[in-house]
Amino acid sequence: MMGDIMKNRLKLIAGAGLGLFAALPAWAQDAAAAAPVATVDKGDTAWMMTSTVLVLMMILPGLALFYGGLVRTKNMLSVMTQIGAVAALAMLIWVMYGYSVAFGPDVTNATLSNFVSGFGKAFLAGVTPASQAATFTAGVEIPEYVFISFQMTFAAITVALVLGSVVERIKFSAVMVFAAVWLTITYLPIAHMVWAASGYFFKAGALDFAGGTVVHINAGVSALVLAILLGKRVGFPAERMAPHSLTLTMVGTGLLWVGWFGFNAGSALEANGSAALAMINTFVATASAGLFWMLAEKLSGHKGSALGFCSGIIAGLVAVTPAAGNSGPFGAIVLGAVASIICFFAVTVIKPKLGYDDSLDAFGIHGVGGIIGAIGTAVVYAPSLGGPGAADYDMGAKLLVQFEAVGVTILWAAVGTAIAFFVAKALTGGRVTKEVELEGLDLGEHGERAYNY
Amino acid sequence: MKLVIAIIKPFKLDEVREALTEIGVAGMTVTEVKGFGRQKGQTEIYRGAEYSTNMVPKIKIEVVCDSGIASRVVEAVQAAANTGAIGDGKIFVLDVGQAVRIRTGETDLTAL
Repeated sequence: MMGDIMKNRLKLIAGAGLGLFAALPAWAQDAAAAAPVATVDKGDTAWMMTSTVLVLMMILPGLALFYGGLVRTKNMLSVMTQIGAVAALAMLIWVMYGYSVAFGPDVTNATLSNFVSGFGKAFLAGVTPASQAATFTAGVEIPEYVFISFQMTFAAITVALVLGSVVERIKFSAVMVFAAVWLTITYLPIAHMVWAASGYFFKAGALDFAGGTVVHINAGVSALVLAILLGKRVGFPAERMAPHSLTLTMVGTGLLWVGWFGFNAGSALEANGSAALAMINTFVATASAGLFWMLAEKLSGHKGSALGFCSGIIAGLVAVTPAAGNSGPFGAIVLGAVASIICFFAVTVIKPKLGYDDSLDAFGIHGVGGIIGAIGTAVVYAPSLGGPGAADYDMGAKLLVQFEAVGVTILWAAVGTAIAFFVAKALTGGRVTKEVELEGLDLGEHGERAYNY
Repeated sequence: MKLVIAIIKPFKLDEVREALTEIGVAGMTVTEVKGFGRQKGQTEIYRGAEYSTNMVPKIKIEVVCDSGIASRVVEAVQAAANTGAIGDGKIFVLDVGQAVRIRTGETDLTAL
């Protein structure tokens, strides 16, 4: 019974929190059987603190450099500033009400509790250094402040990822308004649905080890919708819009890969064998995807490229995110390869045909790779394929759950993004003027240049 | 006095400088430039977005010399910068009306 859901993220218990077990039937039985005395392990705590700052490094400077290198010189600072600023905003929203709405005490309405938690922990009410949050091992907990911080970085990077589709033309003020609304109505409910014990997909047994659905499908689909609503860059696609520094993009790729070990292996919430499995998968799925993207380029009659390698690395990391602790290493290698090839076609063939301007392929890599990863996780989870699933694992049933989670996330993200965009547009105008766009957002929006030689 | 302007392939700069030093040329000005001629540009591809660049990077050398050695300067550049392939560049020779050394005020040949 626990087999299906034990790889999921969260069973949160506040403080000594035995009273809350009543709200968690599955755990209540477990707790009664084992009668654990919850302990906090210093090794787990140290690992989770490390993982948390590794995810911060993915955002600044990792994602900022990865995205920044891909834009034109005149927009470098605007991209890095937007990423840093929305991440900072997400951190503040998280402690004010975000954590509570995603992971706080259950609301009394049983239907509503599938989608959000209540405001009981708004402004971190009641949380102290002695408060603890559950891990996946009965009786082993981590300090709640660490759990709050770890989850905070996930909210921060997800909203930053969305921006990849609308760089070089969106107003800074529009970015900030969009981020606040989007986090509230899109990220928080989806995080709750997938990871909170009372969440709809958590209860359904959806597999999402480190955020393939919550982070990548969510961010990718939102990015696509936002790019379509905001419109193309002036001159797209006829004018040359080549990356201004693939060197920085490669540096950012490396920082993202290293940071992703905090993201994936940290999602085990303990320093244990599950984290170790997530770690090795985060190596090999990524390595496979990096090489397979270059192979796809070669087979398409082009040269294997540095940007192709970097794109493959990110596609592999995205795909292995839900599968990190839910796959054997060789399943992960196949998953990385498949995701890489499909993402390659999504950004090089399908996107040009459809004509939308997802400037940095946030949808083509995070959205598409996330969907492949989420569906593929149900496959590689099978013990017959080297996955950690139980012997009686029912792949067909799990695939249905994964498809449902993916479908709902796509719909929710699309609607939430549209609402957040129209709020941002009404308050700020949304796009910079054509003059600012041509001159560059660095000067027009921030009064600086990235490079003064 | 003559001004010799040579547009050459960037990797030929050192050979050209050595050849000119050997025949007594005491100074030159070098600029990184882009342009096009018979040589075709390259195609760059970034995630499927193709950009063809018709401007090729070149080095422009400017040498002012005594009219008497201008032909030797041209020969030296032509020999040193030659690879036999399209895109080796061009050499132009112009008359120079006046030259002044800013530090001393010396003029014309003594200023070179």
